[in-house]
Amino acid sequence: MSKHLNLTLHVWRQKNTNCDGKFVEYPAENVSPDMSFLEMLDVVNEGLIRKGEDPITFDHDCREGICGTCSMVINGRPHGPKERTTTCQLHMRSFQDGESITLEPWRAEAFPVLRDLMVDRTAFDRIIAAGGFISVPTGSPQDANALPIPKVNAELAMDAAACIGCGACVAACPNASAMLFVSAKINHLGQLPQGQPERYSRVRDMIAQMDAEEFGTCTNHGECEIACPKGIKMENIARMNRDFLKASITYRPAVVGGGAG
Amino acid sequence: MSVAEQSIAGAEARGHGFLASSVGRKIVMAASGIVLFGFVTVHMIGNTQAYMGAEAFNGYAKFLHSMLHGGGIWIFRAVLLLATGLHVWSATTLTLDNLAARPVGYRAQQNVASTWASRTMRWSGVILAAFIVFHLMHLTTGQAHPAFDHANPYANFVSGFKVPAAAAFYIVAQLCLGLHMWHGVWSFTQTLGLSHPRYESLRRNFATGLTLLVVGVNISYPVAVITGFIH
Amino acid sequence: MELKSQIPDGPIEKKWDKHKFDLKLVNPANKRKYKVIVVGSGLAGGAAAASLAELGYEVECYCYQDSPRRAHSIAAQGGINGAKNYHGDGDSVRRLFYDTVKGGDFRAREANVHRLAEVSNNIIDQCVGQGVPFAREYGGLLDNRSFGGAQVSRTFYARGQTGQQLLLGAYQALERQIGLGAVKMFSRHEMLEVIVVDGVAKGIVTRNMVTGKIESHVADAVCLATGGYGNVFYLSTNAKGCNGTAIWRAYKKGAAFANPCFTQIHPTCIPVTGDHQSKLTLMSESLRNDGRIWVPKRKEDCGKPASQIPEDDRDYYLERKYPSFGNLAPRDISSRAAKQACDEGRGIGATGRGVYLDFDDSIKRLGQPKIEERYGNLFEMYERITDENPYKTPMRIYPASHYTMGGLWVDYNLQSTIPGLFVLGEANFSDHGANRLGASALMQGLADGYFVIPYTIGGYLAGIKPGSRIKLDDPAVKATEQTVTDQIGRLFAIKGKQTPDHFHRELGKVMWEYSGMGRNEAGLKKALELIPQIREEFWNNLCIPGTGEEVNQSLEMAGRVADFLELGELLCLDALNRRESCGAHFREEWQTGEGEAMRDDESFCHVAAWEYQGEGNAPVRHTEQLAFESLHLATRNYK
Repeated sequence: MSKHLNLTLHVWRQKNTNCDGKFVEYPAENVSPDMSFLEMLDVVNEGLIRKGEDPITFDHDCREGICGTCSMVINGRPHGPKERTTTCQLHMRSFQDGESITLEPWRAEAFPVLRDLMVDRTAFDRIIAAGGFISVPTGSPQDANALPIPKVNAELAMDAAACIGCGACVAACPNASAMLFVSAKINHLGQLPQGQPERYSRVRDMIAQMDAEEFGTCTNHGECEIACPKGIKMENIARMNRDFLKASITYRPAVVGGGAG
Repeated sequence: MSVAEQSIAGAEARGHGFLASSVGRKIVMAASGIVLFGFVTVHMIGNTQAYMGAEAFNGYAKFLHSMLHGGGIWIFRAVLLLATGLHVWSATTLTLDNLAARPVGYRAQQNVASTWASRTMRWSGVILAAFIVFHLMHLTTGQAHPAFDHANPYANFVSGFKVPAAAAFYIVAQLCLGLHMWHGVWSFTQTLGLSHPRYESLRRNFATGLTLLVVGVNISYPVAVITGFIH
Repeated sequence: MELKSQIPDGPIEKKWDKHKFDLKLVNPANKRKYKVIVVGSGLAGGAAAASLAELGYEVECYCYQDSPRRAHSIAAQGGINGAKNYHGDGDSVRRLFYDTVKGGDFRAREANVHRLAEVSNNIIDQCVGQGVPFAREYGGLLDNRSFGGAQVSRTFYARGQTGQQLLLGAYQALERQIGLGAVKMFSRHEMLEVIVVDGVAKGIVTRNMVTGKIESHVADAVCLATGGYGNVFYLSTNAKGCNGTAIWRAYKKGAAFANPCFTQIHPTCIPVTGDHQSKLTLMSESLRNDGRIWVPKRKEDCGKPASQIPEDDRDYYLERKYPSFGNLAPRDISSRAAKQACDEGRGIGATGRGVYLDFDDSIKRLGQPKIEERYGNLFEMYERITDENPYKTPMRIYPASHYTMGGLWVDYNLQSTIPGLFVLGEANFSDHGANRLGASALMQGLADGYFVIPYTIGGYLAGIKPGSRIKLDDPAVKATEQTVTDQIGRLFAIKGKQTPDHFHRELGKVMWEYSGMGRNEAGLKKALELIPQIREEFWNNLCIPGTGEEVNQSLEMAGRVADFLELGELLCLDALNRRESCGAHFREEWQTGEGEAMRDDESFCHVAAWEYQGEGNAPVRHTEQLAFESLHLATRNYK
């Protein structure tokens, strides 16, 4: 059994969206290096509850790195220091005894803080609702093997579809841009033949919603790519830009109604 | 489902056109950036004639002014003005949007992937804008020049760089140009969707090579004048 | 209480077709006059909400997560079964039906399972149409792999993230309907009560988890798709937020709870490291395709590194005991075999509760790149959690609570014993009997959501006058809302010293010890003594800081633990009453000399459905006899 750690946490505490927040210091003592980061916070919180204090609120759910719920900036990096790792899968062995750890929520106008480290990411849902889908009513598609898809495209689609929608890209981007998230969905669907009919309306609609949510824009820093726990590549952004350019050049307004009969 | 239903949340219903969109403005910035980098490169190549002596240099200047019966240079100037205007407009509006997108910053932000060049684009841009004004007043219109002679650009060039402050500002501006170009050249390939993993290193190397060439040659001018290599 | 299964007559292959024709239809112009509430946004709930909205119903969907995309279906790794027989290896609807009934140890309803196998093919078509990036072969056609409990390759997969991709497909369909205004989504809303008027479900009461507001919502029908109750064990592969509150409150309002003791322990999870452990991480069962499970033959070797134990000193116990299925034996059997090996003192790792899952042979045979392609992300995940490289040293695994086959009793239409209350996916009891086969949970969730409820709910709604919905100011609505407010008030009023997690952990220890992989009469009776004690302590010594009018995660957790403390008791009671071993329910008194389960078809070939009798009263056990007309009852044999 390796040595236990004693740490100091500086945690952003904010009662609700409208209140001002501040940093509060908490000791985290006797932390096992085998604990996950969230388990360490669980222990701190149980101590706070027993003292009758408000525990630190943070979003979490599956604790196996796939649901995308956990979200905190650890020492200035979303999901902490380890690449391709969500906060829930970050283990305390990544920290040194005596270390100070600063915990902040995702910071973006589009992600208002709900409480402490918990933010509202419904902007992402609205972007998907604007066009991040293939319109295929239940029961309507053809046989699954009727449409062969080159393995390379299927793999590229899967690479992009691996996005867990956690928002680390937004949190890491100096401009709080959501372009990695948006482009991942556009590319997932754009790689597949099923996604072609709506390919160009999709990119315009999703970008329109992204702008309406007041995310920033990409200035090609590359912070998103490093912060992404699922390794989504910036190449997706380039491809989205290309689709957007083509969509804008070839755009024609849809005709409502019309036709004889 | 009808088209009308489809557009509830769509771009069309919102009147979200190309120039209103963030990505549209980025594309404007990239396209105008290409024009400006192209100009800077051609400008650098043309100016190498300074090393061939006064005659060649003044002849080159004369050629520029007489192209297309004197209309050529005005076409160039119009295109450059338009490109600069669009570049500044898109950069300014996008920067304001980006600042608004994160009203509260981090206490402990750590930058991992971004470069100093990428993070200072807005400052190198502002310095370059100031430099362009100075540069025009210095060597094109002459207000900022100690002994301007409309008929002798070569003499203006030599005497202009003999003023240490002017040469220093010129060199600083060139270093800013270097940072701006290095990130900008790579960046416009990304914004225009010219990204493919196979050509990733090519993109980086192209940006680095072009930047080093343009900035290196440009800085050589004041250095050559001050050291007396050009006189 | 009468349990009317509503199974249509006729030959099994024709039942569903016939039933679809017999169901009354709702006129397209009338559909928008009916409102349906869907609680839960996972595979079953998300698929149902999207499909019902596509049909034209007014739909409201609720989830406790911040987005419908985060429902725990997302964590399913391995794959989804479909009887496509794309590989010509002898699969068919009938074989999938047979495998599922057999895998469930003949404790599921034949007609339901057959329907599930029939629509399995439509599910694959639907998901591919939505853009789910299933794995493909070089020719561009879909790839399959094999899974525990089956001898054909019928599992479609998207790397080790199949659940994620299927859920995103359903989520995107749902978001499309939200964008069109056809579904109203309420995320960060926890359902705390069903509104039942004159015995019929008419709505729900929720707590807004951001503002704390208690709100009532009325509808013509309510669908619960709230998942299983595996977190009753505290440590499980479920998400931290997964809970049994919705189904438990429905049970207390009159919905029968069927087979609560049928809980599945998954054989391949990462072992526990210490008391701080908050959940267990599953390693996909698909790993058993290429991994070999073993423990040292001798206790003395357990402390040595795996590499220093020669081949002859290793016991590949699954291959030894079940030569024809080997490492692909069903989950219940594999889990018990692992427990047995550890009980014999041959477990490995610091706690002695672990077995090896070794890829050495496969890496030698196929090369590391092939293994990386198949399981790369799982290996990465394992390394992140354990700090060990599974390409170099074998994985350590141990069983953990994973899935609950039991759930609210439903008829063939997925309607519970409360008319108007439908139950979908893991939340119901219907298709998996006493044990679920791998890659069948995704299939069942999507079958219920996409291809069953859209038909059967129409049959119910067609019998209701459009526009006859109760109003929000109905006294029954107000009264139900009041019970929720009172319950929250009671929790705050305790003002004790202990955290909700503390009681949850205590409950979990009891459940795992006495009602986990092996159960016996004495243990279950002991659990039935201990659980009320923990509950008593909970209601006297719980501490929740803050107030109910804000984000309060301690309050959320306390409410869920309060329900688990009751649900756990029913689980043990059911286990005590089912005096046989079947599937995942292993009563130590009923086993063969070789330690295999002994089923008692004479006395227990039935569904046990429990009816709530009010606080302090023992619930009543009803039974629904299971008839096997198409298949004959056989002893499972995986040797």
